[in-house]
Amino acid sequence: MLEISDLFVSYGAITALGGISLKVPKGSIVTLIGGNGAGKTTTLRTVSGLLRPKSGKVTFMGEDITRLPAHAVVARGLGHVPEGRMIFSNLTVDENLAMGAYLKTSKAAVAASRDYVFGIFPRLKERLHQTAGTLSGGEQQMLAISRALMGEPRFIMLDEPSLGIAPRLISTIFERIIEINRDRGIAILLVEQNAHLALEVSNYAYVLETGHITMQGPSESLMNDPQLKAAYLGG
Amino acid sequence: MSEFLQQLINGLSLGAIYALIALGYTMVYGVLRFINFAHSDVFMVGAFIGYYVGRALPLGTVWGGLVSMAAAMAGCAVLGIVIERLVYRPLRGGPTLNVLITAIGMSLFLEYSGQLVFGATPRAFPQIFPSKVMEFHGLIISMNQVIVIVVASVLLLGLEFTVFRTKIGTAMRAVALNPGAAQLVGINIDVVISFTFGLGSALAGAGGVLYALNYPSIDPLMGVVPGLKAFVAAVLGGVGNIPGAALGAMILGMVETFVDGSRWSTYKDAIAFTILIGILLFRPAGLLGRMTSEKV
Repeated sequence: MLEISDLFVSYGAITALGGISLKVPKGSIVTLIGGNGAGKTTTLRTVSGLLRPKSGKVTFMGEDITRLPAHAVVARGLGHVPEGRMIFSNLTVDENLAMGAYLKTSKAAVAASRDYVFGIFPRLKERLHQTAGTLSGGEQQMLAISRALMGEPRFIMLDEPSLGIAPRLISTIFERIIEINRDRGIAILLVEQNAHLALEVSNYAYVLETGHITMQGPSESLMNDPQLKAAYLGG
Repeated sequence: MSEFLQQLINGLSLGAIYALIALGYTMVYGVLRFINFAHSDVFMVGAFIGYYVGRALPLGTVWGGLVSMAAAMAGCAVLGIVIERLVYRPLRGGPTLNVLITAIGMSLFLEYSGQLVFGATPRAFPQIFPSKVMEFHGLIISMNQVIVIVVASVLLLGLEFTVFRTKIGTAMRAVALNPGAAQLVGINIDVVISFTFGLGSALAGAGGVLYALNYPSIDPLMGVVPGLKAFVAAVLGGVGNIPGAALGAMILGMVETFVDGSRWSTYKDAIAFTILIGILLFRPAGLLGRMTSEKV
């Protein structure tokens, strides 16, 4: 579904990604774990076209999307739930969802997407006419995921969905992520600092350290890896 | 009492014209975070388009007036879009100061090109709408004032509808709030920015014709003073805030008119600006603006 090969990205003189390669197969959940400043967010922003790589290639469903502008990448069925949620805080929940379906022209399809997101996050329906900025952190995350779903993506990238969210809501959100993957067959690339959680929900994992992939493998096997345990899972 | 009402109507029509210009400043600031100083000269070009088209059509007719105004709006919309595309877009992503200086350069370019093309001598703006003066209960209302208030109200309501009730308007607000997130839902920000420039410039074009109807002497530098006042009105209302710009413009128009009608009329600009500075001292973000820290 998504293939990144030998991607280099730099901010001026600072190299953020030193040539990474990874694959997200159809229908799977792949996670990218790593500490602060490892380059996780940079990877996602480059895939969705918000950043331009120095070299390397991003292929989505067989098409080279490396140089496409972000709005064109979205149009191809790639959803991105950015770090810090980035919902439109002055717009209502309803308007945020409408913006998520910005490229959709079929009213029936948009209505079906709305029903689907209200089904998985009923709380959004209660808050429909509220300004999005007044939602709690967890609700904003639900909205950010729903906004991406409104675009009927075939693949979603989630950037730190657990960040700044009440612990009891984290498990709800992760259950929903699994549900989205299972019921809709949407492939997911999950970026997380919470390595334990990320490995639990994913099929395959990559470990990113200062712009390089240092370890990869099926999630269950990485969970028992002594090196990874020491570095990311608290021993 | 009738004098008060008279001044109220005068203030309303002046404020409405300021509002038409101020909205262009505030909308562009909203999506791009810079002040388009060339906006006041787009206003001037609008008046000149109205002048030429108006003279080619039968004068003193409603349809002739409306067609002239529509031509000014369309011409200015195109001009605004072209300026953004050719001048501001290549600088996007660079330091804001560069764009700001370029905007000042663009403003001077339009002013002096205007002198070259139209000549520096002021011209008398034709009476493109029917002229009539109505009087009831000692209140003198000119047809021009009625036209200004009606046309401006229709345009402001149309803008309100566009920005708050349509998809492209919601996209404009989304881009203003967070351009990155807007791109991630599939919004082409180039299209939204062009649309914003077109919309703002069309309003300025209408403003130019309406201003020229009430102050019927036009020249290539005519945009400077009303442009400055409209800019101040936008800041007063909270720059980037659309209802704020309209409110700021109304306040400014009213204060100016009322002072003008009093015995301190010589100091009308000084008094108007003193009041504005006073308001900004207490509400630095403007009347409806919100203090936000610049996000890095």
